[in-house]
Amino acid sequence: MAILSRDEAQSILKKVLSFTTADECEATLNGTNGGNIRTARNTVSTAGAVDNISLAVEARFGKRSGVATCNQFDDATLRRCVQRAEEVARLAPESPEYVPLLGAQQYLTAPSFAQSTAGITPDYRASQALAGIKLCDQKKLSSASFLEDESGFIAKRNNKGLEAYQQFTNLDFSVTVRTPDGLGSGYAAGDFTDISKFDAGRMTQIAADKAAASVGAKAIEPGKYTVILEPAALVSNTDASLLGALMNAFDARNADEGRSFLSKKGGGNKKGEKLFDERVTIYSDPTSADIPGLVFAGDGRPRQKTTWIEKGVVKNLYSSRFWAQKAGIPDIPGPSGFIMAGGTASTADLIKSTQKGILVTRLWYIRPVDPQTLLYTGLTRDGTFYIENGKIKHPVKNFRFNESPIIMLNNLEAIGRPVRLGGNFVPPLKIRDFTFTSLSDAV
Amino acid sequence: MNKRLADAALNAAKSAGASYADVRIGRYLNQSVFTREKQVQNIANGESLGAGVRVLANGTWGFAATNQLNEQGLAKAAQLAVQIAKANSKVQKEPVKLAPQKGFGEVSWKTPIQQNAFEVPVAQKVELLLAANAKALDNGANFVNSALFQVNEQKYFATTDGSYINQDVHRIWPTFSVTAVDRASGKFKTREALSAPMGLGYEYMVPKAQDKIAGPADTGLIGYKNSYDILEDAALAAKQAKGKLTATSVTPGKYDLVLDPNHLGLTIHESVGHPLELDRVLGYEANYAGTSFATLDWRKQGKPYGSKLVNIVADKLQPGSLGAVGYDDEGVKTKEWDLIKDGKLVDYQKIRDQAHIVGQNESDGCCYADSWDSVQFQRMPNVSLRPGAQKLSVDDMVKNVDKGIYIAGRGSYSIDQQRYNFQFGGTVFYAIEKGKITGQIEDVAYQANTLEFWNSCAAICDQSDYRLFGSFFDGKGQPSQVSAVSHGSATTRFNGVNVINTARKV
Repeated sequence: MAILSRDEAQSILKKVLSFTTADECEATLNGTNGGNIRTARNTVSTAGAVDNISLAVEARFGKRSGVATCNQFDDATLRRCVQRAEEVARLAPESPEYVPLLGAQQYLTAPSFAQSTAGITPDYRASQALAGIKLCDQKKLSSASFLEDESGFIAKRNNKGLEAYQQFTNLDFSVTVRTPDGLGSGYAAGDFTDISKFDAGRMTQIAADKAAASVGAKAIEPGKYTVILEPAALVSNTDASLLGALMNAFDARNADEGRSFLSKKGGGNKKGEKLFDERVTIYSDPTSADIPGLVFAGDGRPRQKTTWIEKGVVKNLYSSRFWAQKAGIPDIPGPSGFIMAGGTASTADLIKSTQKGILVTRLWYIRPVDPQTLLYTGLTRDGTFYIENGKIKHPVKNFRFNESPIIMLNNLEAIGRPVRLGGNFVPPLKIRDFTFTSLSDAV
Repeated sequence: MNKRLADAALNAAKSAGASYADVRIGRYLNQSVFTREKQVQNIANGESLGAGVRVLANGTWGFAATNQLNEQGLAKAAQLAVQIAKANSKVQKEPVKLAPQKGFGEVSWKTPIQQNAFEVPVAQKVELLLAANAKALDNGANFVNSALFQVNEQKYFATTDGSYINQDVHRIWPTFSVTAVDRASGKFKTREALSAPMGLGYEYMVPKAQDKIAGPADTGLIGYKNSYDILEDAALAAKQAKGKLTATSVTPGKYDLVLDPNHLGLTIHESVGHPLELDRVLGYEANYAGTSFATLDWRKQGKPYGSKLVNIVADKLQPGSLGAVGYDDEGVKTKEWDLIKDGKLVDYQKIRDQAHIVGQNESDGCCYADSWDSVQFQRMPNVSLRPGAQKLSVDDMVKNVDKGIYIAGRGSYSIDQQRYNFQFGGTVFYAIEKGKITGQIEDVAYQANTLEFWNSCAAICDQSDYRLFGSFFDGKGQPSQVSAVSHGSATTRFNGVNVINTARKV
């Protein structure tokens, strides 16, 4: 039942709206049909399938608002859900930040759905898992992997004329390969709208090569180093990340209120200022074939192609509708995934052009230390290597870093070719003076 | 009705070839209220209903979940779970071995709450949060965000072992973040609430004098046990957030740390709780959360995990704790057990399919799934540091510190994937010089190695200072699931820990 067509979804939403007596009412349906398989120690551990649709109803009386959710679709439950939203709305105080619900909108079309992914079976998942396991069995390595696929839809409707619908599919895969002595570890990850581009065996091979190459790591002194950060060191589908943190800080209100790195001394924000190296351009585009996104935001606003940083200059900040009106600024919703413009160089090319440096496969357990400077801490993981004269010389022990993406994107040496990861499209970056503060014994 | 549905799933699973099956029919309620300054931002009521069926077929796990709560829907989910198990058994190397578990028949358990938070009018909750915001603003805050989270898990769990377990679990978490801004310098600082998420009802929101423990002299800090005074804490938070704007930046170096339970809880969580999860130790979490330094081989070497003062216990029983339930999500009765005794590692956290790996024939009862549509797996129970046996107050502890830092509240926290190297901040820091608190300081984080840190444990306050810290959203597993867990401790001293200065110029 989970994937409803536009008509099926809108007919449920129409029914929901017919049950309300509220001044304004908006209903959102969210459905997914998906499955997953997890392996560890070269065998399957857990696997599952989920089929669910949930409904969220926002009811408003004047400037009072309440939200309720449910996931059963008999008339009695739908009525109760609407009533609960209305009850909460009646009890809520008036919101001084009230903005009327949006009316009818025009949305772009995104290539976000692939039938191949929607048709995945348990046997397909098992065969992909097996491909990785066989490879590691042969090489006497130990793999742990996770494959998760979903096909889903979001549909929205309100009593002001708004109507939205989008279908999407996604497959996420990640694999960690370790040597049996626990002294080497490698990682590969990626996500796909269309599974015809996915091959678990090929990705497991990358992780296996990194695992084998990372055995015998030498300790080198923490300090400032030139680093090549592979995409998994810049964005993540499971953890906070340096570029994700940067984009999360592009909220106009926080900047205007003086509590963001984009706040200006004395008031206002830094839109229009050049804060990064001129080669840094970051934008979002829901119609991108490389990383299709959602064409409408949670509140129904259309998402367009938006440039956030152009040639190092802050071009746009996103904001709530209330803040955009109050501050008299463009009304731009936050992105669903972002794209960092890159070049054509591969990671191997970046290594070749490096005299002395460190190749970082992945950064991990990244946490904010100081929101004022966007200082983050975290650790390298699953393949860290010393580079000398354009070649990987030997693996090195993992480091803890304390670094800010603002400083990092000012110390840019080179940009490589972007790849898709964690719902974003980002290139490997060569950065000088990246700050490692201590060594870790972890492998 | 639930029994009929459960039996439909269990029978369908057995008919399809399952050797074991369990089914969880869950109704998950949550309510959250978000405010900032003088207004409500959002009030949301969530309700999610469905069932998850887990089966063993050909010695392999399979799981499927559905929101179609009728006999047909559950039977279909059970059949899909068996289909998945059979497909995956081609990949399986060793069949799953379950520790034996007797059926309990029809039993039930309920969090012993005094007032169901879901029955308290929303207006009353809004009024309290806005009053807390007003306290913060009156005391000099520029911004304040506050929130109240409430959860009620109504779970009906049945197994082919013959258990039909009905549980009604409640949790609550009030929290806020107060921000002070100095426009002229462009600086801003935040101070987080010193509440703890708890396995309690709305009674937690009604302050009681007997639940308050004074912090060190000259800090104004109060520790809270089974009830929380959000108004008092919000007022103090505003003063401390302003204090942070002008506080001295710490000089990096070695310090003796005096850690409040509301801070130490997270350090226990990260550096003891996670490394002693047996699935991590064995490599089952290698692709996400990571593995552990505390392997079975490491344990055999008998090296000390901490100093002799360090006694760490796991439990799913402590009243008021987030972990407390009667039975876990695979029908095992909950208990308490030692993890670290007199500084030595003595045991791990394990569930039914792991017990045989460490030569035991009983699960610890710490299996959990965060929703009806998530598969249950090993999750951290409450993991707590036992208080000191000798009488010792916080003020007496501070008196003996020559050069130290007192830290309260949670801050930045990061630890590597094998749990050796960590870096933790806090929400409020005070310098200790020659036995006296001398004022707020800032930009503090301590970097340590887990074993060095716990071996530097030099003193623990007594039972009267013991209280719970909690984490509402502990993440683990793929697909990632959250779990709520408490960590009890009394104020504790660690000697000679490396402190770094986190201030930067951009």
